[in-house]
Amino acid sequence: MTSGFGATGALTPLIIGDFLGFLDSIGVPVVQLLQIADNFAFITLAAIGLTVIFGMMGVINLAHGEFIMMGAYITTLSVNVASLPLPVAMLLGALGTAAFGAVIERTIVRRLYGRLLDSMIVTFGLGLILTQGTRIIFGNTLQSIGTPFGEVPGYTYSGYRVLLMFVAIAVLSAAYLVFTRTEFGIRARATIQDAETARAMGVDTDRMYTTTFAIGSGLAGLTGALYAPSATIVPGMGQAFLVESFVTVVTGGSTVLLGTTLAGGVLGTIDAIFSNLYGNFFGQLALLLTAIIVIRLLPDGLTGLAYRIRDKLGERQ
Amino acid sequence: MTELSLPSRFDGIAEKLNGPNTLGNSRAFWIAFAVGMFVMVAYPFARGSYAAGQTSLFLVYGLLALSLSLIWGYTGILSFGQVAFFGIAGYTYAIVSLNLGGVFGQTVALPIAIAVSTLSAFVLGYFMFYGGVQNVYVAILTLVVTLVLETFMAQTAGSEWAVGSVKLGGFNGIPGIRNFALGVEGASISLSGSGFYWFVLALLLGAYLGGRALVNSKYGYALVAIREDAERTAMFGYNVKRVKLAIFTFSGALAGLSGVLYSTWGNYMDPSVFTITFATIPIVWVTLGGRESLLGAIVGTIIIERLRLWFSVNASEFAIVFVGVILMTVVLVLPRGILPGIRQIYLFLNENGPRAAVDHGQTVIKARIREALQTVGIDASDPDTPSSSEVVRE
Repeated sequence: MTSGFGATGALTPLIIGDFLGFLDSIGVPVVQLLQIADNFAFITLAAIGLTVIFGMMGVINLAHGEFIMMGAYITTLSVNVASLPLPVAMLLGALGTAAFGAVIERTIVRRLYGRLLDSMIVTFGLGLILTQGTRIIFGNTLQSIGTPFGEVPGYTYSGYRVLLMFVAIAVLSAAYLVFTRTEFGIRARATIQDAETARAMGVDTDRMYTTTFAIGSGLAGLTGALYAPSATIVPGMGQAFLVESFVTVVTGGSTVLLGTTLAGGVLGTIDAIFSNLYGNFFGQLALLLTAIIVIRLLPDGLTGLAYRIRDKLGERQ
Repeated sequence: MTELSLPSRFDGIAEKLNGPNTLGNSRAFWIAFAVGMFVMVAYPFARGSYAAGQTSLFLVYGLLALSLSLIWGYTGILSFGQVAFFGIAGYTYAIVSLNLGGVFGQTVALPIAIAVSTLSAFVLGYFMFYGGVQNVYVAILTLVVTLVLETFMAQTAGSEWAVGSVKLGGFNGIPGIRNFALGVEGASISLSGSGFYWFVLALLLGAYLGGRALVNSKYGYALVAIREDAERTAMFGYNVKRVKLAIFTFSGALAGLSGVLYSTWGNYMDPSVFTITFATIPIVWVTLGGRESLLGAIVGTIIIERLRLWFSVNASEFAIVFVGVILMTVVLVLPRGILPGIRQIYLFLNENGPRAAVDHGQTVIKARIREALQTVGIDASDPDTPSSSEVVRE
């Protein structure tokens, strides 16, 4: 295994295993929690790129699944062909997809601001071209690179999937920091809130859009890169993420990070319960029904609810 | 049509069919339309019954395209779910007709299948429109519903997934659906080849003319008003939710009719109708032809399906790439579709003559190219033409 995690490879599962064993001994339902955490990671990572682009720019990128696929392909090819270490390959996957996203924004998406449904259709067309183009160039499947770390001792659970949970939290926190604590984040949010005023204040809004789209694409690519070791690498692999990511956007509402986190938590739990008990289809069905119910009751999604609660608490004080 | 030679009751019909919401209200259009219909009717005589049977699929798809044009082009609701109602009706027809058996079973299955698809559209539409779901969220929800249906039908391979004596069959689908037939035992008609072709052509003609009458009626004005500005329409006292729900349900019924015909055309039903690729195809037809034109939807369908047929024979792996390229180019270059484009050219020629048209075309193309170059970062504007955007706006 030419894994860059080599040094920690033997160590991590042991630590995680010990930690889980400790939790188990004090009566925490570890197996169920693991399942929920796994689904939480999957759902938030599947959705994060889509929600950043949608929340910030109001554009639904229907080629989102294909961007994930692209990240996975770049990662897999970097490992298989150029035999790069896995972390470098993953970084390449994310950066490559981000660059591609920037080009797409400059050449195509830019023309369609204010034509929301049209931008959906165009990105849909792009997705079809990317899937089939990948199939024509690379064939029906790529050799998978294998999952690092093996299983968590004592549990039939891949240590890598457990790690992904922490990665999901790290990605969310990093995105939060970037959009709230940096100069760029302030400019980006100013652009979204009121593009005209932002321009008057000297913000290059065009550049903000390009950067935001690139970040969203890069996050999608990162998701693909992260799931590349444990997924089957096929041109249509992005579709496995579609239902989850769209449902998250609908459920989460318009505030990007809060919405994704809340929706990831709620939907991850629901998915874990229903998929485990009744299989994949009922998991998806439960997600869909949840989304429909949430949007029926809360037009602004879970973020709307969160803000309402915050306002109420504020009044009481 | 409002010519002196026609009796006055035709005026009433013409009035209903013509209006601002459809392309082609002139006498020239209706003559061209009649010629086109004549060619379509005569097609089986020229190419034989087998070719007509093959071509009838395009007409079946035409009904599906009409349903999308009504909901998306006229009302502004982008639905990826038309194929869901299409598939639901097809599956229902298969299940009911095969369970009951015989011609009578098929006759009963037809209204049941359409009713089930209509009801599905009503339920989904109720939850969406009365739940305040709008714009992109409608598109996303309908897409997710379709994808979930695919997941469901794909995992029904086991023998426990059966309705009566009919197994759902997972990816293998339901085979053995019989050709379209109506009537009771002993007095029935079964349609295939040319017969089926003419039958579908008649249905499509009826749906087209009915659709024209609908969009040019008061109701159609309300649809277009909702597309342009839903809030203002509500201010005028229209019940926007109810109108949306009604048109969504109606277009679900139309998609259902198309689905029934599809299942009898191919004699089988499988989950491929719920895939994301198939869900896109109606959008490609309607986008290409011109979404705000009922005829455009049908013309777009026939063009795309002919080309897809060609690709599937000659270069099958490029078919989807081609579909994607068409979709992107049309939205970027010709956002209103080819039929409105042709109409604009026709009107311009009528008013200004060919010479001016060539000049105008040149300026527009120049401006477009300059704009395209500018987005890539090359500034090619010359000082003689002060503002290129003025020209483009025309």
